Amino acid sequence: MWTYTLRRLLVTLPTVLAVITVCYLLLHATPGGPFDNERNVSAAVLANLQAKYHLDKPLWQQYLYYLNNLLHGDLGASFRYADWSVNELVAKALPVSLAIGGVSMLLSVFIGVAVGIGAALRQNSRFDHALMLVSNIGSVVPSFVIGPVLILVFAIGLHWLPAGGWNDFEPRYLVLPVALLSFINVATIGRVMRGSLIEVLHSNFIRTARAKGLPRRVVVLRHALKPALLPVVSVLGPLAISSITAALVAETVFSLPGLGRLIVNGAGNRDYTLVLGLVVLITVLAVSVNLLVDLAYAWLDPKIRY
Amino acid sequence: MKLLKPFQNDALVAELGAAPALPEGRSLWADARRRFGRNHAARASVVVLLLVGLACAVGPWLSPHAFDSADWGGMNLPPTWANGHWWGTDDAGRDLLVRCLIGGRVSLTVGLLATLASVSLGIVWGATAGFIGGRVDALMMRVVDMMYAIPYLLIAILLVTLLGRDFHLVVLTITAFSWMDMARVVRGQTLGLRAKEFIEAARAMGVSTPRIIAGHIVPNLLGMVVIYTTVTVPGVILTESVLSFLGLGIQEPMTSWGVLIHDGASVMEVSPWLLLFPAGLLSLALYCFNFIGDGLRDALDPKDR
Amino acid sequence: MSLLSVNNLAVHFDTPDGEVTAVNGMAFELERGQTLGIVGESGSGKSQSVLALMGLLAANGRAEGQALFNGQDLLALPEAALNRIRGNRVAMIFQDPMTSLNPYLTVERQMTEVLELHQGQTRQQARKHAIEALEAVKIPDAARRVGLYPHEFSGGMRQRVMIAMALLCQPDVLIADEPTTALDVTVQAQIMALMRELQRTHGTAIVMITHDLGVVAGLCDEVMVLYGGRVMEQGSADSVFERPSHPYTLGLLHAVPRLEDQGQRLTAIPGAPPNMAHLPPGCPFCERCSLAEARCHSDRPALVARPGNGWRACHKSPAQVAAAALTQEEAL
Repeated sequence: MWTYTLRRLLVTLPTVLAVITVCYLLLHATPGGPFDNERNVSAAVLANLQAKYHLDKPLWQQYLYYLNNLLHGDLGASFRYADWSVNELVAKALPVSLAIGGVSMLLSVFIGVAVGIGAALRQNSRFDHALMLVSNIGSVVPSFVIGPVLILVFAIGLHWLPAGGWNDFEPRYLVLPVALLSFINVATIGRVMRGSLIEVLHSNFIRTARAKGLPRRVVVLRHALKPALLPVVSVLGPLAISSITAALVAETVFSLPGLGRLIVNGAGNRDYTLVLGLVVLITVLAVSVNLLVDLAYAWLDPKIRY
Repeated sequence: MKLLKPFQNDALVAELGAAPALPEGRSLWADARRRFGRNHAARASVVVLLLVGLACAVGPWLSPHAFDSADWGGMNLPPTWANGHWWGTDDAGRDLLVRCLIGGRVSLTVGLLATLASVSLGIVWGATAGFIGGRVDALMMRVVDMMYAIPYLLIAILLVTLLGRDFHLVVLTITAFSWMDMARVVRGQTLGLRAKEFIEAARAMGVSTPRIIAGHIVPNLLGMVVIYTTVTVPGVILTESVLSFLGLGIQEPMTSWGVLIHDGASVMEVSPWLLLFPAGLLSLALYCFNFIGDGLRDALDPKDR
Repeated sequence: MSLLSVNNLAVHFDTPDGEVTAVNGMAFELERGQTLGIVGESGSGKSQSVLALMGLLAANGRAEGQALFNGQDLLALPEAALNRIRGNRVAMIFQDPMTSLNPYLTVERQMTEVLELHQGQTRQQARKHAIEALEAVKIPDAARRVGLYPHEFSGGMRQRVMIAMALLCQPDVLIADEPTTALDVTVQAQIMALMRELQRTHGTAIVMITHDLGVVAGLCDEVMVLYGGRVMEQGSADSVFERPSHPYTLGLLHAVPRLEDQGQRLTAIPGAPPNMAHLPPGCPFCERCSLAEARCHSDRPALVARPGNGWRACHKSPAQVAAAALTQEEAL
C-alpha cells in the first residue's frame, strides 16, 4: 500500500510544480505585472512586494525564494491592498468555501450512493425513471441557471430562504448553496452508482452468493456494494475538480465571501499576486483530493493492493 | 472486401475497454442512419437546433429592433405581444429577443470555433500518440492526464487577470481544455487499428499508405470523431457561458447567453423574464446537443448501452 | 420417497424474439447418495433446468412444473423459505471458479457467512469449520490460506474452495454445473476424485451437469441426455452407455475420440445446435438425425420406456438404433 502511495505522489508532485512554475513565469511575462519594472503601485505595496518576492535578485533566485515561501505556507503579498497579505485574505475566505464544499460533498456522496442503489434495485420502475430524469437535469442544465432559479423559487417566490449573503455560518445562508452543489453532484454520483450496481448484480459471484441462501439485503450490501462503489470512487476525483467551477459559480450567485469570490474579484482587479497565490492554493487542494480518492480506490480494491 | 478476420489482442481489448467498438466498414453507416432516425429525441433535437441556429443567424435582421438600441420609452417591459417586444426589454429598453438571438450567434460561433480547434488538436495529438506508440505515446498521454488534473477555470482566471478580456483569449482558453477527450479516444482507436491484420494485409497487397489511411483508418475513426465532436460542443458552449457569467468571458458591447444570464440574474427579483428566457434558450440548446450525442452513440454502437 | 422429485419441469424466457422455451418436460427422481448426470450440448437447457430448481433464473425467466424436495415444491417457495434451503440442504457449484467467487471478499468471509447464516455459528466457530473444510478438499496450509483473496489461488484450488464452501452445511443435494469445464485435464481428474470421495463420506446426492461423457462415466449412476430442451434418453449410466437406444446418444458416444481409433476420422454429429426460438414441431433432433423419417419432422415422440430401465423419446425402435450403431462401428 505504501509503495502505491509513493508512486502516486511521485506523479502528482510534478503536476503541481508545473502549474506553479507556469503561473509564475506567466506573471513575469506580463507588462505592468508585479515583477515588471513598469509596475504602477503605491509605495506601500511596493515595499511589501520587495520583501516577499526579492525583486532585486536574478530570476532563478526569485523563483527559489517563491518556492521556499510556498513551502512555508506563505502565499505572498497582495498587489492592490498594502495592508493585506494573501494569507490573511485567504484565512478569512477559506473556512467559508470549505464549509460549503465539504458539507455538499458529504451530502452528495451519501445521497448519491443511496439514490443510485435505490434506482438500481428498482430498475425500470417509475422511481428509476423519475430519478434518472431529475439527475439528467442536474447534468445538463448549468449551475449558473439552476442557482438563480433556486433563488427565484425559494427566496423570491416562497420567501423561505435568503437570496444570498452570509452571516457567520448561520445555517439558512448555507441551505441554497449546498443544495445547488449537492444537486449537481448527486446527479453524477447517482447515475454512476446505478449503472455500476446494475452491472455488478449480473456478475457470477452474485449468483453464487444467492445460491448460498443469503438474503437479498446481505447480497447487495456485503457482496455487491464494494465492487459497485469502485467506479463511483474513481469519478469523485474529476468531480472534485469540476466542483471548483460549481463552487465559484455558487459563490458568485449567492454572494458568499469565499475563495471563489476572492479570486474572481482579484481577476477583475488585476490583483496578480493574489490570483497567483489562490491558483496555487486551489490547485494543491484539488490535487490532494484527487490523490486521496486514488488511495481510497486502492484501499477498496484488493487486487491493486497486493 | 473483407480480407482476413481481424486479430484480437486481448490485452489491448482490456485496455481499450473504455472505448466502444468500431463500426467496421461503410455498410454500417446506412444502418446507423436508420437507427438514429428511429430515435425521436435525437431527431427532434436536430430540428430544434437547426431552427435555433437559423433564428440566431437570420432573426436579428428580421426584427425591427437592434440589439443595442435603447428604447427609453419602454424599459423593463415584461414579455407582451402587443408592443412588439415579444420577450420583453431590459433596464435600458433593449429588446430581449434580439439580444438573445445575437447572444446566440456569439455563443454558437465560439462553440463552433473552439470545437473545431479542439477536435483538430485532439485528433492530431491522439493519432500521433497512437501511431508512434512507445515512450512518445506515454509522454503525450501523461500531458493529457496533467491537463485533466488542472482546473480550467483557474487558468482562465489567471489569463484574464494577466491579459484582460479578449474574444480570442476566450476561444483559446476553451480550446486548451476541451481537446483531451478526443485525443484519448482517437489514440485508443489508432492503437487498436494498428494491431488489426487487415492493415498489414492491405500493405502486403501493395495498397499505398494514403489509400490505407483513406480507405481503412479514416472510416473507422470517423464514427468516434463524430460522436465525440457532438459531445465536445455542449461542453465548449457551457465553458464559454460559465466564463461569461463570471465576468471573465465575452465583454460589452458583445453579448452571449452567459452574459445575458448574468445580467438577468442580477435583476431577477424585478424582471425574472430577463433571466428565464436566455437561461431557457441555453438549456434547450444543451439538451438538444445531449440528445443528439446520445442518439449518435446509440446508432453507431448499440452495445454501449 | 425420493429425496428430490422433479415433474414436468419447463423453463420459459421472455425475449424480444418472443417466448423461448429452454427446457420442456424434464422429470427425474433423485435418491440419497445417488449421482445423476445431465448431458447435452451448449444451449440444450441443462444449466437452466438446475438454475430453475435453485431459483436463480434471470429476471425474464419463468419455471413451470414441480420440484419436490422433502415434501416442499422448490418452484413454489417464497424467497425467504428458499433461502433457508439454498446453501444449506441444497448447494450448487458453478462452472468458472474465477468469476464465481467474490474477488473483494476473503475466502474466509465467503465461507463463514454460510455457517453463520444457516447454523448460527459464531465467527470463531465458523472460521474453524472453514479451515477444516479446506483441509478436507486438500488445500495445503489451510489455516493461512483461508485469509487470502480468491485471486491468490490457482484455478484448481479455487474450484476446491467452491466445493468446500458448498459442502459446509453437509447438504443433501449438491448441484454441480460443469465444475471441471474451465480447468485443465489433470486438475479435472483430481476434482472428480475429490467429489467421489466426498460423496462417499457425506452421502450427498449429486446432480452433475456436463457435456463431457467421460465425466459421466466416471461418476454417475443415472444419466439424462438432453437436446433442444427435451429429454432424449435417460436411464442408468451403464445401460445408456452400453446399449444406447437413441440416435443422439449414439452420436455423442461415437463423437468421443478413442485411443484405439488412431488414424481414423473424427466422427461429428453433422449440423449445429437448434435455434431455441424456432424449434421444429417434431423431434428437436430431426434435422441432424441420420435415421430421421417424415414422421420425425412433424410428430414429437413421447417419452416411452426403454429396454432395461429408464425412458427414451424416439420414433425409431431400439432395434433400429442398435442396427445403426453396428453399421457405424463397422464403418470405422
